[in-house]
Amino acid sequence: MSQEQFDALIQADERIEPDDWMPDDYRSTLVRQIAQHAHSEIIGMQPEGEWITRAPSLRRKAILTAKVQDEAGHGLYLYGAAESLGTPRSELLDRLHTKTQKYSSIFNYATPEWADVGAIGWLVDGAAIMNQVPLCRCSFGPYGRAMVRICKEESFHQRQGYQIMLSLSQGTPAQKAMAQRALERWWWPSIMMFGPPDSASSNTGRSMAWGIKRYTNDELRQNFVDATVPQAELLGLTPPDDALVWNTERGHYDFGEPDWDEFARMVRGEGEIPDLRIGVRRAAHDDGDWVRKAAAAYVSKQAERSAA
Amino acid sequence: MTTELLNHVLRQGDRALVLSHRLAQWITHAPSLEEDMALANISLDLLGQTRHLYTYAGELEGEGNDEDYFAYWRDAAAFRNPLLVEQPNGDFAVTIARQVFHDHAALLYWESMTESADVTLGALAARARNETAFHLQHSTGWLVRLGDGTDESHRRAQAGVDALWPYTSELLDADDEGELRSSGLIGKPIETAWHEAVADTLLNAGLHAPIDAEQCAGGIHGVHSEHLEPLLHEMQHLARAHPGASW
Repeated sequence: MSQEQFDALIQADERIEPDDWMPDDYRSTLVRQIAQHAHSEIIGMQPEGEWITRAPSLRRKAILTAKVQDEAGHGLYLYGAAESLGTPRSELLDRLHTKTQKYSSIFNYATPEWADVGAIGWLVDGAAIMNQVPLCRCSFGPYGRAMVRICKEESFHQRQGYQIMLSLSQGTPAQKAMAQRALERWWWPSIMMFGPPDSASSNTGRSMAWGIKRYTNDELRQNFVDATVPQAELLGLTPPDDALVWNTERGHYDFGEPDWDEFARMVRGEGEIPDLRIGVRRAAHDDGDWVRKAAAAYVSKQAERSAA
Repeated sequence: MTTELLNHVLRQGDRALVLSHRLAQWITHAPSLEEDMALANISLDLLGQTRHLYTYAGELEGEGNDEDYFAYWRDAAAFRNPLLVEQPNGDFAVTIARQVFHDHAALLYWESMTESADVTLGALAARARNETAFHLQHSTGWLVRLGDGTDESHRRAQAGVDALWPYTSELLDADDEGELRSSGLIGKPIETAWHEAVADTLLNAGLHAPIDAEQCAGGIHGVHSEHLEPLLHEMQHLARAHPGASW
């Protein structure tokens, strides 16, 4: 295969497969994007995982465990998709552990209350779905196919989050206040999950031409706001944005400008949480080293025995 | 008889809940992503068993208590789980040794319960037996890999076996359930079969049971180690901070 054939496949909206020829930049863009997505899944297990042992009912505990387990599974499929481009999981994990590759900065916000688990499901997973559904049509086959399954599970995650918010907002005054605080904490960070404004997004143009990305950041952001505001109204909760108003002319909600300086700080990994998250990951990896070595040693011993 | 059966059902529900909780503490800390998933999955199965058992306990008790009452509103002294499952996770080898001892007992227990004269428990046993067979495959597979892996993993696996062996007798047949057994509500004794099965696993792993380890017991009568209270505190505090709330 050649550049010409690659371009023809992209033009025809068909899939590129791992063994196909592809431009180096396409490969490296995908490895970076898929790995960051995988890292986000496994780092994202932490803020919610910490609530499994504190979940306030057995039903919630079961649902949350299943959700966090799904995230580990998403991490695994995605590392698998990245491996098909020639970069092994161990190397990608090293890049995460040494902070040379990023994960979604949304997981650098704290989850001090149970309602944060609800808000993450409702808003963060809701925003993730909007970002990810178009990726099911990503030009790179393994990524697109992994995303089909991931999006189905994300939709369950979003619903369970909204359900938590619904129970809280219909619950005691203390529960409703907890839900409102969580909405206030997660509203702007979720809006910023779509990335910088189109005018400032350096990668959007090329990724769209390559069929990796299908909508611009601002388009997705508007969809999210339009879908989410009525959901907040149904909960009787108020997003922390005075500029939020329905614009009849546009047929969309107008909304205020996110604090892009904060976004930049979060992307740079400022604050104490990034070290905490990476610290947990590294400790798990380092503490598990002897276990992984034992498993490998056992496999080679078995191979020697069957060869003998 | 209902009181004895209720007590028995709570022992099983408490065992499953406390172990589920311990395994949940591994999530995001496991040696690999595959193990994060596997331990979460086992934790989730045990939690499912807990919920069935507690719901049934509520019916037997007849005071309108639901599954969450038994999990969140009883204090440590009311819990009837064996001491083994409340022991801290330790390193991965300790957790695996605990699972091996537990899973062998649980599989034999649920197998015997498929013949229970109690229809509810019999139906639950059919499902729990299948789940537990997978858990046992996971735990024994790991104990063999650790026992027959590297010098370090062998040493840690033996240390795990030694540390937890004292809590094993309590997993076996309770001495105050004779009447339940004779009336066919619970199944045949598992002690002999458990010793055979565990000896077999230890042999495959190149490990051995400690020779004269003193046995500790008390959990199934509500006398716990110092480890249960903090576990319950973590689990219960949010629910207890909002009495009467639904979630």
